[in-house]
Amino acid sequence: MSVRHALLALLSEGPKYGLQLREEFEARTGEVWPLNVGQVYTTLQRLERDGLVESDGSEEGPQKGFRITAGGQEELAGWLRTPPDQTSPPRDELVMKVLVALRVPGVEVREVIQVHRRYLVQLMQQWTRLKEDEAEFDLGLALVVDAELFRLDAVIRWLDATDGRLKRAAADGGSARQPVPPPMPNLRRRQGVRR
Amino acid sequence: MNVLELQRVSKVYGQDATVVNALSGVDLSVQPGAMVAVMGPSGSGKSTLLTIAGSLEEPTEGEVLIEGAPLSRMSRNARARLRRRSIGYVFQDFNLLPGLTAAENVALPLELDGMPARRARAAGLRALDDLGLAERAGRFPDQLSGGERQRVAIARAVVGERRLLLADEPSGALDSVNAEAVMRLVHDACKRGVAAVVVTHDAQLASWADRVVFLRDGRIVDQTAPVPGPESLLTTPGQSQ
Repeated sequence: MSVRHALLALLSEGPKYGLQLREEFEARTGEVWPLNVGQVYTTLQRLERDGLVESDGSEEGPQKGFRITAGGQEELAGWLRTPPDQTSPPRDELVMKVLVALRVPGVEVREVIQVHRRYLVQLMQQWTRLKEDEAEFDLGLALVVDAELFRLDAVIRWLDATDGRLKRAAADGGSARQPVPPPMPNLRRRQGVRR
Repeated sequence: MNVLELQRVSKVYGQDATVVNALSGVDLSVQPGAMVAVMGPSGSGKSTLLTIAGSLEEPTEGEVLIEGAPLSRMSRNARARLRRRSIGYVFQDFNLLPGLTAAENVALPLELDGMPARRARAAGLRALDDLGLAERAGRFPDQLSGGERQRVAIARAVVGERRLLLADEPSGALDSVNAEAVMRLVHDACKRGVAAVVVTHDAQLASWADRVVFLRDGRIVDQTAPVPGPESLLTTPGQSQ
């Protein structure tokens, strides 16, 4: 999450004070990204240094006002249209755990999968609780909650697909308790997995 | 008292070489107001569990109790009465009768149970009104959208004094907004004291439930712990960067 660009976005609506920026940032992000005042001021100082915002020149403090510059508008427009880096698998830790589980003697992989599935469903239940009170469910929060639910759902679908593949592989292999593990793929080279 | 209780329920189809153990020793209790989701892949026994819970099918072994009464000791007529009065069903494909209006579809189970038509129709209209469908009461199913059809099906499932709602992939092919609306209605029914069992392979639907049980190869292999409030999600350190 770029605090820098979120502040530029808020200032694109008109000049604002530091304290006001913090409150509006939290409200717009469904209050799921708490922000401390120090972070707001440090970021604003850097934006001013880079010529992306300008202040009204009053003393440092909650009443100091800021406005976006033309350069800031340009920076914001560019950021909104720049896709975030999605080239490397974002859930590599879970993928690696399942791949490793295939090779560890005595480990029932489907049981490992179920542990993660249960955890993810519980997490989804928690996020869904936020939807219960429709009246208090504003658009910003709704979008954040949806994003989390779709992300977690995708991980569960991957676990389900893995489970299905393991079941089929075991059936094809006759009475084998578990399929013969494939060699570990070189994900770092082929897909750019981050460590 | 539990609204629904499955005790060591097993179901076997076929025999000898073709035998299929659809359910094996399933225990499940659902209290009033509770919403339980049953998750599992195709062929895990989800739908069989639901039809046995709803007395549409008999278990090979084990017992099903509805509000404490064992189904095995009821006559066919008593079971049929129980299905009409206490249990509501929601299916993936809605199962509305095309020749009846929305209001008539909702009132049908009450009329079948002997309620005078006028009273049944009034109860049906109230149920539709509760789900925001009062204006659609006179429409036929093919004049309704998919989301509206499923809301009518839910109204039909909860009309009258139903205590148990059984739903099989209730959001079927609906888009995510309509699917959420359907789950919200099931959830609201539970808040009014109805017990619900929803079988689904969809984690987003299941996450509306208080408890999720995981079915695999006819057995319950796991279930979720009681869900903490969402507060902790909003204060996770490290999310502010």
